[in-house]
Parts: sequence; structure tokens; C-alpha cells
Amino acid sequence: MATIREINAFGRRVVVSGIGLVTPVGIGVGEVWSNLTAGESGISRVTSFAADGYPCRVAGEVKSFNAEDFTDHKSVKRNDLFALYAIAAAKLAVTDAEINLADVDRSRVGVIVGSGIGGMATISEQSRIFLSKGARYVSPFMVPALISNIASGIIAIELGVKGPNCGVVSACATGSHAIGEAFHWLKLGKADAVLAGGSEAAVTPLSFSGFCSMHAMSTKHNDIPETASRPFDATRDGFVMGDGSGVLLLETMEHAKARGAKIYCEIIGYSASCDAHHITAPDPNGDGLVTCYKELFAETGIAPTDVQYINAHGTSTQYNDKYETLAIKKFFGTHAHDLLVSSIKGATGHLLGATGAVEAAVCAKTIETGTIAPTINYAVPDTECDLNYVPNESLKAEVTYAISENMGFGGQNAVLMFKKILQ
Amino acid sequence: MANNNIEARVRKIIVDQLDVNDEQVTLNASFLDDLGADSLDTVELVMAFEEEFKDELKGEISETEAEKMRTVKDVIDFINKKLAGE
Repeated sequence: MATIREINAFGRRVVVSGIGLVTPVGIGVGEVWSNLTAGESGISRVTSFAADGYPCRVAGEVKSFNAEDFTDHKSVKRNDLFALYAIAAAKLAVTDAEINLADVDRSRVGVIVGSGIGGMATISEQSRIFLSKGARYVSPFMVPALISNIASGIIAIELGVKGPNCGVVSACATGSHAIGEAFHWLKLGKADAVLAGGSEAAVTPLSFSGFCSMHAMSTKHNDIPETASRPFDATRDGFVMGDGSGVLLLETMEHAKARGAKIYCEIIGYSASCDAHHITAPDPNGDGLVTCYKELFAETGIAPTDVQYINAHGTSTQYNDKYETLAIKKFFGTHAHDLLVSSIKGATGHLLGATGAVEAAVCAKTIETGTIAPTINYAVPDTECDLNYVPNESLKAEVTYAISENMGFGGQNAVLMFKKILQ
Repeated sequence: MANNNIEARVRKIIVDQLDVNDEQVTLNASFLDDLGADSLDTVELVMAFEEEFKDELKGEISETEAEKMRTVKDVIDFINKKLAGE
């Protein structure tokens, strides 16, 4: 019986062949990538509710999103915004991949699009109805709208794809775990293609209240919102919440080649671990992430020095950025200082369950274009964060191996490795 | 007049909830068979009728009563009967 490691080494190869993005810096991979590499910020004052009374009053909201461009009016009324973002991202990924689903075996197409939180606006609204009008008036659509696996279910209904389907829930690592699990489905032959990613619409009064109570959000930069998210900068003071979705079409190399697909890159590794330390605070030794790296490099057989780029979790909180830097230095040793390490959260804010998927897309675009999207709002160096964070301006660099890492509440860590297809 | 008013209010709720055109909402149209509703839609419809007609109905629509509301006419007849004190 082959071990998973052997199957990964010898089994099917997995490629990224389509990208769908709905983010604070744009809709569609073209617009998002152009804004990220130009160093544009998508953070502004909260517009979807009156945030005046909250310590944090800024967020990365999705601008100019019209759900009816992607699904019908009835679906828009029934579903929570996080599911609508996911439908849009999935359809954009299908379009980007130029795949005609009528031409493929749809029982072999899976979906795994998770959410960190699920339908927060739905929970809030129905709680209000429950308290004001009574249990009798709670909507029959509440439960299907708020459960965080529903995005995958609706995407399957809309596209008629009947392969493996579920959600992944690991807070801010959701998108990375979803792509990693999809990678395993493809490796193991459970599907030929999988739409994988995450979605979030948590910019709501209730979630702001909760995250503000935790003192996790930025509060000192409300007057200049576009500078509030500043990963690895010494003056960072918390994360800025963002909304959106990222969905990638992953296919086996065979399947992609057979239909003549454009291939962004290959996914060659996925590892996951848990800090087993604290419900929200990262392990101060960085060991959870180091465990992921060890497993990732054992699985892929790649030398750490072969890696050029890490798309960091880089949330702009004091703890994350410090301990993530520590973990990179612990594992990569002297090569840590040769690595290019950037966080796009300065521009997008933290998309919670969607972030891993959007950042996996960034790794794919980095490899495709040889351009590194910068860490914006970087001004004051922190002695404990002393890597090359590609500050403020994008740079050109040939990248053969890129890593995306994300960590979620619960101490849940997931790391993915992407590889350029060498001709 | 009162009847027309009730019909208009019932129709408006159906158009809003089920996302259908007013012309589709004929008296004999069935929610499930003709207007694209599923079982969850019908629950939400009954909630909306109960809210809109709380003055006329003077109480909740029971599950047994709700189960009998299959067409547009069923709903209008039910409200009229309640108004007539039946």
C-alpha cells in the first residue's frame, strides 16, 4: 500500500488553470493583479454600515459588485453575500480557464470552497427577527444561507458539477486548506478538476464587534484608511478586515493538457499542522509553521534554497508578523534573507477564509509574470521583522518555486508550494 | 373593493417573494407547479401572508391551513373566509 507521500511523488500532477477573484482591489484576475502590482490599496472607511462607534472604522470592501451579473435575482435574495462572492469567483475561474463544462465529465468535477465564518450578516439579521418578532418568523432560508459549506453546494448547482463537494473551515487558513485538499483529491484520482478556494463577507457590525473586543483590528489609522494595513512595519497595530472570494480551477496535468488549457503553474506540495498552543494567539516559537515547512520539503523533495518567493500570511498584527518572520528564519536559516517575502494584505486587508485562495492566485500570477506584488505601507523597519518584504514597489524576479502560507484561529496552519512549468 | 384589495396585496407578496411576473400570478397558478416555488419558498410565503394580513386574520396561520394553500386563489379565499368570520 503506497503512502500518501509516495502517491504525491508518483501520482497525478496538479495544475492551476483558472483563477476567479472578487476582492477589495478589483474583480477578475486581470484587474486584481494590475492593482496589486501597482501598489494600490483597496482599504477605505466602512460604507456598508455606520462604523462611527467602533474602534476600527476601516475595511476592504468589494466595490461595484453586482451579484446579478453572476446569478439570478432569486438566488441573490436567498443567499448570504459570502455565497454570492463565491458564485462569482467560481464562474470567473471557469471563464478564465476557458473550460466548457459541457465537454467534460461533470461527475469528475469537484468543488471545495470554504468560508472562515459563513453567513454572518444572515445570522445577525435573523437574530434580530427572532428577538423582535419571535421564532415563528425566522426565515426558512436562514440555515442554508449561513452554513459555511453552502458556497460549494450552490456552485455545484449553478454549474451542474457532481464530483466530490464539501466546505473547509479553518478560519484564516480556509482558502489554503481548501486548495490543499483539492490537490489531494486530484492526486488520488477522486476528480479530474476541482474548483477550490474560499469566500468571506464578514464586514458586518457583529463581526466588527467581536474582532474589536479581541483587540485584533487596527484602530490607529482610521483617518488615513489606505495606510491602516501595514504588514511587517514597526507601527502596525492590527489587521484590517476585507471581503471577497478566490476560487482556482485545479486540474490534473493530463486533463488540462487534453483540452489544451493555458496553465499558470503546478501545485507540488501541501502541508498542514496545528500549533496546539492557544485558541487565537500564534505559537511564540513559530513551531507550527516550521512543522509545515518540514513536511512540505520532505514531501516535495525540494531544497529550501530552491525557493525564491514566500507569499506571507502577514496580517499586520504585532504577533503574526513577528512569529511568522521567526518561523521563516528558523527553518530557512541564512536563505531566509535571500527570500522575497511579501504580504498583499497591506492592499486587500485580511480576507479571512478567502485570503488563502486569493494569495494562492497571487503565487500563480507571480510565477507566470515574474513580478512580485509588494507589501505596501511599509515605512518603519521592525528589528524583529528583518526580511526582504518587497516594500511598496513591485519588482521583477524569476520565480520557479513559490510558497503560500496561512494561519487560522485554532492554531491551524496550511502551506502550499507552487512550481513553474519548465519547458 | 375589499376583495380586489386583498387580491392585489396577495399578488404583490407572491411577485416579490417568488421573483415572478405579475402576469404569471393567475388565480389558479400553483406555487409549486407554476410559480417555481420550493418547499422553503412556501414556508416564507405563508410567513409573509401572515404578517401582511395580521389585522384581517387576527391570529396565526396554522400548519394545516398553510398546507392547503396551494394556489393563489386558495390564499385569497382563506383570507376572505376569515374576514367573513368563518
